[in-house]
Amino acid sequence: MTIELYRIDDRLIHGQVVVGWGQPLNVGFIVLVDDDVAASEWEKELYRMGVPPGVDLYFASVKEAAEGMQAWRDDQRPGILLTGDVETMRRLTAAAPGIPAVNVGGIHHRSGRAERLRYVFLTPDEERGLRALQEGGAIVTAQDVPSARPMPLRELLDSGAQK
Amino acid sequence: MSDTPVAIVLGHGRVAEGLVSAVERITGITDRFVALSNEGLGTNEIQELLRERMEATGARVVFTDLPAGSCNFAACRLLRLRPDIVVVTGVNLPALLHFATSPQPAAGEGEEPAAFKVAEEAAERGATSMRFMRGKPA
Repeated sequence: MTIELYRIDDRLIHGQVVVGWGQPLNVGFIVLVDDDVAASEWEKELYRMGVPPGVDLYFASVKEAAEGMQAWRDDQRPGILLTGDVETMRRLTAAAPGIPAVNVGGIHHRSGRAERLRYVFLTPDEERGLRALQEGGAIVTAQDVPSARPMPLRELLDSGAQK
Repeated sequence: MSDTPVAIVLGHGRVAEGLVSAVERITGITDRFVALSNEGLGTNEIQELLRERMEATGARVVFTDLPAGSCNFAACRLLRLRPDIVVVTGVNLPALLHFATSPQPAAGEGEEPAAFKVAEEAAERGATSMRFMRGKPA
């Protein structure tokens, strides 16, 4: 197996990831890539609470993730890699090429962001970042839970609040 | 009942609204809880919503639905900033019923709020209320 899901989700570890995706994928590990979380013992302890027994949780800065990527790809267990924002995923793909697909799972409302889906709000910079990911070879789709239809990036960026 | 402190119930989707509504239906008590949802909110926004509502209501007890969820993480982050509050996670209806119906007299100078003790009891009540039952042939 390998990393089965590369996901952008500003809630990082939470129910949709652990239960919604983690159970059907039968994940053995989750990689949380975030420079701030990787530098905070308190934040790491908090997120450890959210992972069920039997699932390993690895914390990494973007630099550490790029260095550890091959080992995670070679892992015999299915895994999930998470970033909290588009820019972190973009930096990671630049440092560790070969990410085949990126799942936009949750980027919530904040000032300056426009609603694309009820769980995806984007600034113009974030839209450019997602386009750059796709142009770099990753298939970018929006999908909050496995039972939802994966929405291609083009459709996502054409979407408005009504969808 | 009006001097009884309110508590926040924070959950996914409409779970908080539903639980609070059920408490009201069962007990007739309508002034004990404020229901909040994480719907459409990022981590920071959930925490800010919770902080704002706690300040506005004076609530010092937070019930969240899922230990591994964004609501509970937001409450835990707030707990770090505000050691004068308590958080109960994994909330269910028996827990809220206990909290709603237990007397919570005002605390004296330097005393811990009675609501903290009742919240702890509510956590235990909620946990022990779960049962597995199987039918038996007649």
